[in-house]
Amino acid sequence: MSESGNIIAETATRIFADLADPQAVNSAADGGWKEPLWRALAETGLTLAWVGEQHGGFGASLADGFDILRVTGRFAAPVPLAETLLAGWLLSRAEIASPAGAMSVAPARPSDRIAVNPDGTLSGHACGVRFAADSLHLAVLASGPSGPSVALVETKACNLDEGVSLSGDVLNIVTFDRTATVHAAPAAAGFDQTSLMLMGATIRSVETAGALEAALALTVRYANERIAFERPIGKFQAVQHNLARLAGEVAAAIAASESAADAIAHAETFDKAVFLEAASAKIRSAEAAQEGSAIAHQVHGAIGFTREHILHRYTLRLLDWRDDFGNESQWAAALGNMVAARGATEFWPLLASR
Amino acid sequence: MSVELCFDQIRPPPECEELRRQVRTFIEEEVATGTFDPDRPSHGDSHNLAFSRRVGAKGWIGMTWPKKYGGHERSFLERHVVTEEFRVANAPVRLHFVADRQSGPILLKYAPEHVKMDILPRICRGEVCFVIGMSEPGAGSDLFAAKTKATKTNNGWLINGTKIWTSNAHIADYMIGLFRTSPPTKDNRRHGLTQFLVDMKTPGIKVNPIYQMTGQHDFNEVVFEDVLVSEDHMLGEIDGAWRQATSELAYERSGPERFLETFYVLVALVRALGPQPDRRSAEGLGRLVAQLHTLRRMSVSVAGMLQAGKEPVVEGSIVKDLGTAWEQKLPARVRELAAFIEPEATNRATLEQQLAFATMVAPKLTIQGGTTEVLRGIIARGLGLR
Repeated sequence: MSESGNIIAETATRIFADLADPQAVNSAADGGWKEPLWRALAETGLTLAWVGEQHGGFGASLADGFDILRVTGRFAAPVPLAETLLAGWLLSRAEIASPAGAMSVAPARPSDRIAVNPDGTLSGHACGVRFAADSLHLAVLASGPSGPSVALVETKACNLDEGVSLSGDVLNIVTFDRTATVHAAPAAAGFDQTSLMLMGATIRSVETAGALEAALALTVRYANERIAFERPIGKFQAVQHNLARLAGEVAAAIAASESAADAIAHAETFDKAVFLEAASAKIRSAEAAQEGSAIAHQVHGAIGFTREHILHRYTLRLLDWRDDFGNESQWAAALGNMVAARGATEFWPLLASR
Repeated sequence: MSVELCFDQIRPPPECEELRRQVRTFIEEEVATGTFDPDRPSHGDSHNLAFSRRVGAKGWIGMTWPKKYGGHERSFLERHVVTEEFRVANAPVRLHFVADRQSGPILLKYAPEHVKMDILPRICRGEVCFVIGMSEPGAGSDLFAAKTKATKTNNGWLINGTKIWTSNAHIADYMIGLFRTSPPTKDNRRHGLTQFLVDMKTPGIKVNPIYQMTGQHDFNEVVFEDVLVSEDHMLGEIDGAWRQATSELAYERSGPERFLETFYVLVALVRALGPQPDRRSAEGLGRLVAQLHTLRRMSVSVAGMLQAGKEPVVEGSIVKDLGTAWEQKLPARVRELAAFIEPEATNRATLEQQLAFATMVAPKLTIQGGTTEVLRGIIARGLGLR
């Protein structure tokens, strides 16, 4: 982590710890904590970290922004910070300035398509758009007559269903039916929907690593505190081995996601190397989410299955995020096809190039 | 949490890419002249003195060691490149590999100067084979139960007892072994073991072969009967070898050999599936690629952290736990994914031969060099649970 990344991550950690402590959020009667949290995030520039100063943002590096996302994962707070970061970044791909307030991004699934109509309005739909109903604006990538186009759209101009995800986060199907844009411009050369999915997949992988770290810390603490058969359950070898396996999954998620974030931060374009890195990160972190959340629950026993305990804040989001920006099966098929098409002799050199 | 898992993002510097080209060219030449066949995985498990000498002449043994001992003062990342390229090619590195990975570094740290000057340059030239003398009939994973004794005499130390599962003892020049010099104490059962350097030609050593279920000969029983070892061959602290062992772990446990041992079946699968696999095979292949890429990035990261002087003990153990479990399961996954390949497809025969070998080798992968159970204990300790 760079020095500036450290400062930014510390700032984010402080804000979340003060205003979105997982226990406090879990016990809160309503969403009253959201407004002060968002205000603090916005005032420190974190919400538009990836937007250049000329477009109203903070102008942080990609690496520093990924450090913020690791922190959002550690708190698993249901606010659209990751979505707003990604939206600001997407708008910047077409030199569109970012508005104030929360944003989300469409499409959020590889198979969804949104088209630019001849009159400049948008048509199509996007499934699984996280926090769309909580956002003032959507950053949209649509296919236009002369290539991919980025648009800023007011959320109220779209049709939204009333969906929620496993974890209870707002998760909408957004329908564009000759929807007017606030701004629209062609995306930078070479930028397409796969690029957006790779970026989104990497963001979710980094958040997954953060949430898994938090789940591991919670689980180790619980194993050291909970007494059964007259000793802490963490003294039992069967429990220790489960925790060692959990640590392995957490380690894999950290390594894969940081590697992908590092690859994107240093790449000129979304090339084959970024594809390998980001797809691998999404696949491996989703597998870790599945294995890791199961082990964390097993160690916690019944208390971890209650609404009162905060474990589900992490585990359900870990499971949720597997589906965003391409699930692990979709990425695996795409990655397998890429490796097969390149052939056996090119396989090891591709891995070794990273 | 008492440990924060950390994987520094290390990208091999440009000198590594040049080195990688040199190693690949060397391998191509060796394959062309018939030294080994990269499609015969059993070759990677064999020794070849002439080959090891040529590797030594290239400067690829003892790469990180000081020049005055024949080393090359290169980085752990450069050593990582050489290790993985040889492993992937199934090159016959057995003769020099253990000496390069762990025996040399132990000598560097604990042997007297004249012993270092004598032996290390020969390791670097690819001339000597080392073995690890740890397991005994009554002490496998429970290393501290070792009973083979080293007794102090006027002329040095007298060794009596038996080591077992000693890979390569039948071709080895030296052993670095763990021997009992004192009984364990009440409050520390790890106390009382000392490391010694043993010349395998010393009178009183008998090596008995133990054949493996693969048909290969790797294991041996090594019997010591009044074997005299000179005082200057004692390594490090008397009775305190357990303290020396832990710092070696990260080196021994996180290298590419801990997840690439059955890699050839994955390459064979890619070849047999062809350029347009069905969706099931493509997805299965993609998952394996993602898992392997992740393991490799973890291993590179640990090499980089070692280079930076850090001690990633937990991370190193995690690489071996995940890596060996992965390489063990790989033949079974590949078998499933290959199930619907047409019987007459090109390359299917090679795939099946390689699968047969990998399937037989698989059980040992999570046992050698520290079992999964032992590793998970170490990881749990690192998490603050023991």
